[in-house]
Parts: sequence; C-alpha cells; structure tokens
Amino acid sequence: MSAHAASHAEHGHHEQGFVRKYLLSTDHKVIGLQYLFTGMLMALIGGFTVYVFRMQLAFPGEEVPLWGRVTAAQYNALVTTHGSVMIFWVAMPVLIAAFGNFLIPLMLGCDDMVFPRLNRLSYQLFLLSALILIASFFVPGGPFGGAWTAYPPLSADPAYNATPWGATLWLIAVALEFVAFLLGGINFITTAMNSRAPGMKMFDVPIVIWMIVLASLVFMASVGPLIAGAIMLLFDQRFGTGFFNPATGGDPVLWQHLFWFFGHPEVYVVLLPALGIVAEVMTTFSRKKLFAYRTVIFTAIATSIISFFVWAHHQFVAGIDPRMAGLFTVTTLIISVPIAEMMFIYIATLYGGSIRFTTPMLWALAFIAEFLIGGVTGIYLGAAGSDVYFHDTYFVLAHFHYTFFPIAFIATFAGLTYWFPKMFGRMMDERLGKIHFWGTIIAFNVIFIPLFLTGAGGDHRRIFDYSLFPELAGLQGLRVLATIGLLVLIAFQPIFIYNFINSMFRGKVAGANPWRANTLEWAAPSPPPHGNFPEMPVVYRGPYEYSVEGRDEDYWPQHVPPDDPKRPAEQVA
Amino acid sequence: MGLPTGRLAVWWVVASEIVIFGGILGSYVMFRLSHDSWAEQAAVTNTLAGAFNTFVLLTSSLTAVLAHQAAERGDGPRAARLLHFTVLGGLTFLIVKAFEWTYEISHGYTIGSNLFWSFYYVAAGLHGLHVIVGMIIMLFVARTAKRNEELHRVENIGIYWHFVDLVWIFLFPLLYIAK
Repeated sequence: MSAHAASHAEHGHHEQGFVRKYLLSTDHKVIGLQYLFTGMLMALIGGFTVYVFRMQLAFPGEEVPLWGRVTAAQYNALVTTHGSVMIFWVAMPVLIAAFGNFLIPLMLGCDDMVFPRLNRLSYQLFLLSALILIASFFVPGGPFGGAWTAYPPLSADPAYNATPWGATLWLIAVALEFVAFLLGGINFITTAMNSRAPGMKMFDVPIVIWMIVLASLVFMASVGPLIAGAIMLLFDQRFGTGFFNPATGGDPVLWQHLFWFFGHPEVYVVLLPALGIVAEVMTTFSRKKLFAYRTVIFTAIATSIISFFVWAHHQFVAGIDPRMAGLFTVTTLIISVPIAEMMFIYIATLYGGSIRFTTPMLWALAFIAEFLIGGVTGIYLGAAGSDVYFHDTYFVLAHFHYTFFPIAFIATFAGLTYWFPKMFGRMMDERLGKIHFWGTIIAFNVIFIPLFLTGAGGDHRRIFDYSLFPELAGLQGLRVLATIGLLVLIAFQPIFIYNFINSMFRGKVAGANPWRANTLEWAAPSPPPHGNFPEMPVVYRGPYEYSVEGRDEDYWPQHVPPDDPKRPAEQVA
Repeated sequence: MGLPTGRLAVWWVVASEIVIFGGILGSYVMFRLSHDSWAEQAAVTNTLAGAFNTFVLLTSSLTAVLAHQAAERGDGPRAARLLHFTVLGGLTFLIVKAFEWTYEISHGYTIGSNLFWSFYYVAAGLHGLHVIVGMIIMLFVARTAKRNEELHRVENIGIYWHFVDLVWIFLFPLLYIAK
C-alpha cells in the first residue's frame, strides 16, 4: 500500500493534495479501497497472532521466533485478538464495506453513493476503531484476553480478566466499529433503493448487490441489542453496575443472548456477500445464465429471516431451558435447508456451462467445496444432543473455520482477483495466482482436518498448554500437523501480496471488460474515473444473459440496447 | 423513485435505533418480571416529574410537526422559530431530568446501588443523549431553514424527534408508572 501511496503522492499535489484525494475522499471507489487496504493490514495482525499461538500449541513452552516465550495471559490475548480482528476488522470491512462501496454504485450504474460524506465518516470511524484496538496492545495489562465473545463475568470484572484497560478499549473499539457499519449500511440500502440506473428493475440487480444490501439489513436489525449490551458491559466494567453479575441480581447468560442474537446473524452478514461474489464469478466463467436467479434471492431472504431464530444453539451448555434447546435445534437444522438449496443452485449453474478455470473461478469453486464441509459439520453442532459433547472443542473451531475461512478469504480472493482489473486497470498474473490458490487451499485443509480429529478426540479449545493433559498426549502429532499447515499457508501469502502490488503497476493493461462480463461495472473504464461513467448507462436486461441463442457473442451486457442483437456495442476503452 | 433519499435514510436510522433501545428495554422487562422487589425501588421515582416531562416532550413534538407544516408551505423563518420552540422543549426536559437525578443521587440511589437503578440511569441516560443530539442537529436545521434553504430537512429532523419522543413514551411507564 505504501508503494502505491508514495507513487501517487508525487504527482497528486498539482490538482488535489494527497490527503484530500486519498484520505479525505468522498469517492466511493477510494473509500472502498481504503476499507480494503485497512482490512488487509489488519489481516496481517490477525495472521501474526495465530502464528504465535499455534506455535505455542505445537511446541509448548518453547521460544517462538519473532515473539519469544508465550505466557498464559499472552496466549489469551493472542487468541482474542485473532478472533476479534479476523471477524470485525477483516471479514466485515473487506466483504461488506470494501466490495459494497466499490461495487454498489458501479453495478447500479450511478456516479456515487447517495451520501458520500456519511460514507467518508463511516470509514473514519472504522479507522478510529481499528486504531483504538491497536492502542490496546500498549496499555497496562495488555490487550483484552477474554475471547472474542467476551462472556461475563470474565469480561466484566478486571479481577478476573486482569486487563482493565484492554477490556474497555476492546469494547469501545467494537461498539465504534458497529456504528461505522450502521452508517455504511444505511448508505448501501438507500443507494440501492433510490439510485439505480434507468431501466434497472428490482430483479435486474446483480446478486452480489442484493446480497450486500440484505447483509446490511440483517446487520442493522441484529446489532442493536449487542450495542445495548456493550453499553451495559461497559458500565459493569467501569461504573459499578451489575447487569451481568448474579451477585447483584444480574445474569451472565443475558450477555450470551444479546451477543449471539447478533453473533449468529453476523455469520450470514458475511456469508451473503461471499455467496454474491461467488455467483458473479461463476456465471461469468461458466458463460451461463445463473440458475434460478429469483430463487437465489428468495432463498437469501429466507436465510436472513431464519438467522434471527437460531442464536441459542451457541448456548446449549449454558444452562438454558432444555425445551428451548429443542426449539433452537429445530430452527438451526431448518436454516441448513435454504443454504443447501443455494449450494445446489450454484452447482446447477455450472452444469452444462463452458467453464474457464481462471484464478477467480478456482477460488469460487473452492468456496463451494470448502463451505460445504463447514455446513455439513455444523449439523452436529446444531443438534443439542451431539453439541453437548462437541461444545467448546476443536471440532467447533474447525467447523467454524470451514465456514469463515471460505467466506473471509476464499470468497475475498475470488472477488479481488475478479475485480482487480476494474480496481486498478491492470490484470493480475494468472500463474502466480494459481500457485497461490493451490498453496492456500491445500494448506488450509491440512490445518483444519486434523483439528476436527483433535476436537472429536477431546481437545478442549482455550487450553494454553496441552502437555498439562497427559491423557490427550496422543493428539500432539495432529496439533503439530495443523501448525505446519498454518506455516505453509502463511508462506504462500507473500506470493499474493507480490502479485497484487506488482500487477498494480506492471500488469497487462486490462481494458474496460477483460472478462467479457455483463454487469454495469464493466461498462465503465478501468479504473473508473471520478463519476464512474463517461455516459450514464441505461439498463435493458438482467445481469446474467450469457450464451444467449442466436447471438454471435456469448455475453450480452446489461447496458447494450437491444436494437442490434448481433453484436454488443464497442466497449468504452 | 420512492421516498426521497434523506427521509429514507432517517427511517433507516430510526430502524437501527429501535433495535438498540429494544435490546436494553427487552433486557429490562425480562429482569423486571423475575424481580418483584424492584417495585420498592421504582416507588422512589418521581411520577409527577416524569409525567410533566412526557407532556413537555409531546408538546415539543407538536411544534416539530407545525415546523414541518410551515416548511411545506415554504415559510422557512416560521419553521425555524417553531424548531427553536422544540429545542426549548428538549432543554426543559433535560433540566427537569437534572433535578430528578440530583435528588435521587443525593439520596443514595446511584447507578450501582441496585439493578433497577442501573437500568434507570443507563436507559434514561441513553435516551437523554439522543435528546441532546437531536437538539444540536435541530439548531443546524433551523439555521438553514431560516434562510429558506434545505427545507426538506425540517421534516427529517422531525421524524427523528418523534422517535426520541416515542422512546420516552416507553420509558415513562416502564421506569415510573409500574411500581
């Protein structure tokens, strides 16, 4: 990023200063890239912390290169930071904010968001929240170590968590981040409702936009109770209230309800945009119409609604009423129906297409395959009976990573490699992209398949040193294997970073529509100028008219008038 | 197409605020149902002051509506004047609140003394914060409205103000009347 920033600083000042153009911009594309780069930098923190604590688990008590000996308190802080950063400061900003900001106006065919300054404020609040979280590394007691779910009493009482400052800063950072995404979400929804190109009806909107807007709605409707809960927890930490303290009549399980009422819809908040990205990539590279466009939307809406009624499956062992556990088992198993339907729809989209195995397509296919494993293993955890055994073991952790890694990384890589030409006007290197793909995917499975086994074998998560449990010593080989998988995974990431930065300046010039895709962003020049389109587009058809019979070209962009059905108009260069 | 963007966005703000207050009030109601002893604590709250404040807030909403009406007719200065009345209502509300809290805190009913009081101060405090924010924005809106500019904002801030009012309509019975 710094190389990118520096090169622009040299020639940026003659019209607009660097600060004005890149830090205080109200242009949705710049804000999208700000979110993207901030998210990628935060991913380095999330990646580094997992490296340190996985090394501790594989080689307990030994010096970890670049860190030193890991203490128990540090271990807790590392795990907490990894979880919080990866979900709140990587998955959310990249999947929703970065892609949402960059794509929504481009794919809807308008010049910017309806509230550009609100958009800028949203990013600034997000940046502030990230800085507050980073600041918590340097306060007395260090960063918060009560896990990303922050269950009280551990999170509420400094006597238990021993991080009085870290816990409060963590809470403030998370709450501020929520406000940032609320502002961004309001902007997304309003823009999608009011600023579509002429002719673009509800069912002409590309799936990824539908998904991001639905995700914003789900986020908006679910995060409120947790914001209320965060305020209550803050008062518990700092001002002597006892909302979550049984001694004063409070209830720690209340926090779990407030947290998971948000926490479970949150899974779908990040999953839906990922599914949207995959839909765009898949249709483009199978040169085929998306199978059952409307069903995808209705399925997503059904998923969004059901996602509000499953949260207590995180609390089967928290002492909730067994009748309630039965109820939530049923709702949880029901939600797998629309998601399974979505998987079938995507596979049906591939069927009979002429598939091109480009790097983005490989990522999209891998998303389906890996997420499927995550979804199927979730059934064991959604059923209260088996969850009692699996709860808080590495099985949960592996399941969770089989859903979130495909969402936060595989789908993101699909989206980044797909829209990179639009973002920077140049192509990424395909060979490096494929090396990075295979290295990442294989290593990912090497990490988490062993963790399913250790979890089923009895490894409880949140254990700092397994050598204290001689009865679990037989699983050490698998733990080491998982850590080796992680090291391989990390070793492959510099290839992507190199490819990304190098292609930004030296990649092949892309042109407006390198993938021969239909949606409106490809009608704009690459990279799109301020205002996006030299001539505002008009929409004549849905987004997935590929391989239409009787046409010479196998694609039919949304903005091309139907008068000349033989050949799409020349793209603006 | 559809609602004007500004108004649409205010509605979405209101929607997200509803779930925030919904979370805190939902938690309060769940606790209240299982803690009969809170009635003794609630007996300390000053129902009369609460009722007066309810009246003040409702009146301030009326002036907000009248301001909207004036703005629709294109009478910016009148809208601004009415918005200032609304701000005055918010100010009165806060002053009464300040007297109440001073009395209660000086008699030992602080935020930490009991869970009822924790909810009382946190929920009403969060609401008070919304009143203050609403007043500040309203002063900005009144300033532009006075020059007959951006008159559509008068309605938008009105929607927000009615929402803040409505939250109080829930808080008043839950915290003051239910004894």
